[in-house]
Amino acid sequence: MMLSLAPPSNPSRSLATNPRTKAPFQIAKTHPISGLLLPIRSMHRELKLSSSITSEKRLPTAQAVSERVEGGTRMTRGGEDVKLLGRWASPLVMRTRTALNLKGVDYEFLEEVFGVKSELLLESNPVYKKIPVLIHEGKPVCESMIIVQYIDDVWAATPPAILPADPYDRALHRFWAHYVDDKWFPSVFASSRAQTEEARAEAVEQVFAGLKLLEEAFQKCSKGKGFFGGDTIGYLDIALGCSLGWLKATEKMTGIKFLDEAKTPLLAQWAERFCANDAVRGLMPETDKLVEFAKMLQAKFKTAAPAK
Amino acid sequence: MASGGGEVKLFGMWASPAVRRVEWALKMKGIEYEYIEEDLSNKSASLLAYNPINKQVPVLLHNGKPIAESLVIIEYIDEVWKHNPILPEDPYERTKARFWSTYSEGKCRDAVGKGYFTEGEEKENAIKYLEETVRVLDEELKGKKFFGGENLGFSDLVLGWMAFWLPVAEEVAFFEVLDSKKFPWFASWTDNFLEVPVIKENLPPRDKTVEFFENYRRQRLGASKCIKTHA
Repeated sequence: MMLSLAPPSNPSRSLATNPRTKAPFQIAKTHPISGLLLPIRSMHRELKLSSSITSEKRLPTAQAVSERVEGGTRMTRGGEDVKLLGRWASPLVMRTRTALNLKGVDYEFLEEVFGVKSELLLESNPVYKKIPVLIHEGKPVCESMIIVQYIDDVWAATPPAILPADPYDRALHRFWAHYVDDKWFPSVFASSRAQTEEARAEAVEQVFAGLKLLEEAFQKCSKGKGFFGGDTIGYLDIALGCSLGWLKATEKMTGIKFLDEAKTPLLAQWAERFCANDAVRGLMPETDKLVEFAKMLQAKFKTAAPAK
Repeated sequence: MASGGGEVKLFGMWASPAVRRVEWALKMKGIEYEYIEEDLSNKSASLLAYNPINKQVPVLLHNGKPIAESLVIIEYIDEVWKHNPILPEDPYERTKARFWSTYSEGKCRDAVGKGYFTEGEEKENAIKYLEETVRVLDEELKGKKFFGGENLGFSDLVLGWMAFWLPVAEEVAFFEVLDSKKFPWFASWTDNFLEVPVIKENLPPRDKTVEFFENYRRQRLGASKCIKTHA
């Protein structure tokens, strides 16, 4: 869904440490025969990006764009091949990474480049041609919340459970996750991209109305604990929480404080808790970078023909 | 045989495919339920209380607790009443079942909606797109009786509207995408699907359904735009 220019330009982020193990991420692979340090998938790095935002900050040619993300010391099903196709700015990709982190699963992150769909993406998601795509032992899984449920199913023996045990609670998580995707998140985007004042006002109203509903949902689902999932991050935490980066960016772009402790105190506190969580830290894109990216996209689409 | 136990009610509307798919799921499991017909132009206080968020049918009430959104309801039914499973057990197969269900509710229904309620170039594009979705589904069905394999599964229930309501849309909105020569697997799936007793015995009357959608289309587009202008 989200387009990206490039992985976050700040090298310290690419060389960031795994929040779980504190070990630095490996960002390149040594060729087994030549011993050269090479990108893992060269097609995932398009070096001719013309945007000034990326050109001044892009990584050197020889540096890989994919990361081997270590699951850490958690129990994982050893020897499994888990790859994730994604982009740094995408909240949908972040959902899947959060789920993998929660379960302590090792995976290879393959960053797709803005404007270029890799061969692997087109092969593994021919229907939508979109990220995220999880490739587990060669088999592709598409659609972020379907991937999250898959991760929960496959690594069911590893706590925490992402979906709650009770069928009714599961239904609540699924219902609200669908609401976030179908109604709420689109209104967040519309509030910064609306073409008319009327449309903007309507979108803004919808964002606030949605937050009010989600505040009530939090009360119901959390049962007094810190997350929609209870003591630990759950399905709905992932669905909603991974959009917080874009919510903050939208607040900056519109000058409107959507997530307000005075209006939705439970959600405001939950948001801080979510962003500080080990499984999430390091994944949330920086607000300023998202704003830059959004402005670039808006400028690009203003000059391009209308999309389908 | 309501082995999950408890009182089950379903708020619905007779012409709605989303409601029917919940009924198919309930009937596949042999679950007894009370059906409450809603007049969507005058929604009941109960419906508005049980689904204040989108105020739509279907809403399932199980032991007084409401669940909305047909796909969420069907997964709930499958988890509470575990016999005659609707979703497969294997995690990877489950992703495929859910994938085709979201494909149905996103791409396919969007396209049909535009086929019904738009005109000119927008409509033409929507119909082309809809045909492409049928082609994709035809491809997926190659060698299979149902999306679920030998028996009905989650994707069949969710995509089932295409077996009955899509031909209705073609008749009401004057377009054609279903071609048994171009899409033989899809055509035979439609035949197989409509022959399954649980489905066959739980479809709305076709003539009334056509009339319903004709009226709906007329309301949305205006009567003058609903006259067939070509053969």
